[in-house]
Amino acid sequence: MSFEIAVERRLGDAHIALSLTSAAGLTALFGPSGAGKSSVLNMVAGLLRPDRGRIAVAGETLFDSAARIDLPPDRRRAGYVFQDGRLFPHRCVRDNLLYGWRLAAPDHRWMTLDEAVAFLGIGHLLERWPRTLSGGEAQRVAIGRALLSGPRFLLMDEPLASLDAPRREEIMRVIERVRDELALPILYVSHDRAEVERLASTIVTLEPARVG
Amino acid sequence: MTGEEWEIIALSLKVSGVAVLATMPLAFGLAWLLARGRFPGKVLIDALVHLPLVLPPVVTGWLLLIAFGANGPAGRWLADWFGVTLMFRWTGAALAAAVMALPLMVRAMRLSIEAVDRRLEGAARTLGASPLRVFLSITLPLATPGLLAGAVLGFARSIGEFGATITFVSNIPGETRTIPLAIYGALQIPGNETVVTRLAIIAVLLSLGALLASEILARRAGYGKGGHVL
Repeated sequence: MSFEIAVERRLGDAHIALSLTSAAGLTALFGPSGAGKSSVLNMVAGLLRPDRGRIAVAGETLFDSAARIDLPPDRRRAGYVFQDGRLFPHRCVRDNLLYGWRLAAPDHRWMTLDEAVAFLGIGHLLERWPRTLSGGEAQRVAIGRALLSGPRFLLMDEPLASLDAPRREEIMRVIERVRDELALPILYVSHDRAEVERLASTIVTLEPARVG
Repeated sequence: MTGEEWEIIALSLKVSGVAVLATMPLAFGLAWLLARGRFPGKVLIDALVHLPLVLPPVVTGWLLLIAFGANGPAGRWLADWFGVTLMFRWTGAALAAAVMALPLMVRAMRLSIEAVDRRLEGAARTLGASPLRVFLSITLPLATPGLLAGAVLGFARSIGEFGATITFVSNIPGETRTIPLAIYGALQIPGNETVVTRLAIIAVLLSLGALLASEILARRAGYGKGGHVL
């Protein structure tokens, strides 16, 4: 099992509840905006605490309200790719890429900077500043930064949403290669059915959050 | 410029410099609390911090006199434990300047802390950074231009401090006579126009330079388009 998630969380008036188990590959969390898809990713990453439930990835429990387990985000080894890239604006691309790599325990790293640069084709960007990157470039750097932190799994939150069509295709290919060549479990959030059907090995539909 | 005038300028710079440097940690702590803290009574702390901004400076000076004077609770404590007296000393002038500069410093610093995108901090956490490392490697560097802007602004305010200073530490040549107090003193005696003019020009240049510096820093902090600290 890659992802075993059973969580509940009340956010304002909305009640997010999800239960899923998935095999290897890319698990897509599909549903309309406002269904709490990003909140689920944040719960898996440790940025949002579920009210109750259990989260395990590849056999390791990250959160279990019954057993009082709640690993902090920096110990979950999640590679989180955000919709907007979320690169650090005060660091050049190279330092963005190496941010997590430097913090990772040496035996947790499984990719070098050179490998990531070659894999993503971003060698020409290393000395640039994030604000000078196009959307597609920023997203490739963001994926590289996540991979270099030595993650055990990836979380992707609408990584294509802010890109134009040619860039979407380009990043989609990168994600397919991450899925097939690196064999990392991926939890992928999108509201785009075509995108999900192309990328996902498992599709989970999240209903709009119950109100009340 | 006479030697006496240089002395006045040097004293002003010393008083203001010490006031700002000593206030930085407190101002940052308060700014952080107001920007990030969620606790009951936050509004009250906010109001208290801003009080010197709206209170008549002479009242602030009088309150300092009561607290830090020879028989004041804080004054006696400082004298008993550290042998330090602030009243009628340049250190007292620095205290008065610090109290008056605090609201402006806290305001600018709070804005710069609030301007830091917290989602970047979350991203750093998922990349393996502890909360302390996130603070040192993400929050602090991103807020730094605004923090410096706050310090420069506080420095400018300190240079101009008059009312609380003259009430608390009087107007003693070489000890508490900063530029504004010297100008005030010179104005009391006819025929001192050239001294007044020279000191006034210095005051304008110092204040203008500090304001420009803090504006430039604030813009670099990215408060947004047209963002400013004033």
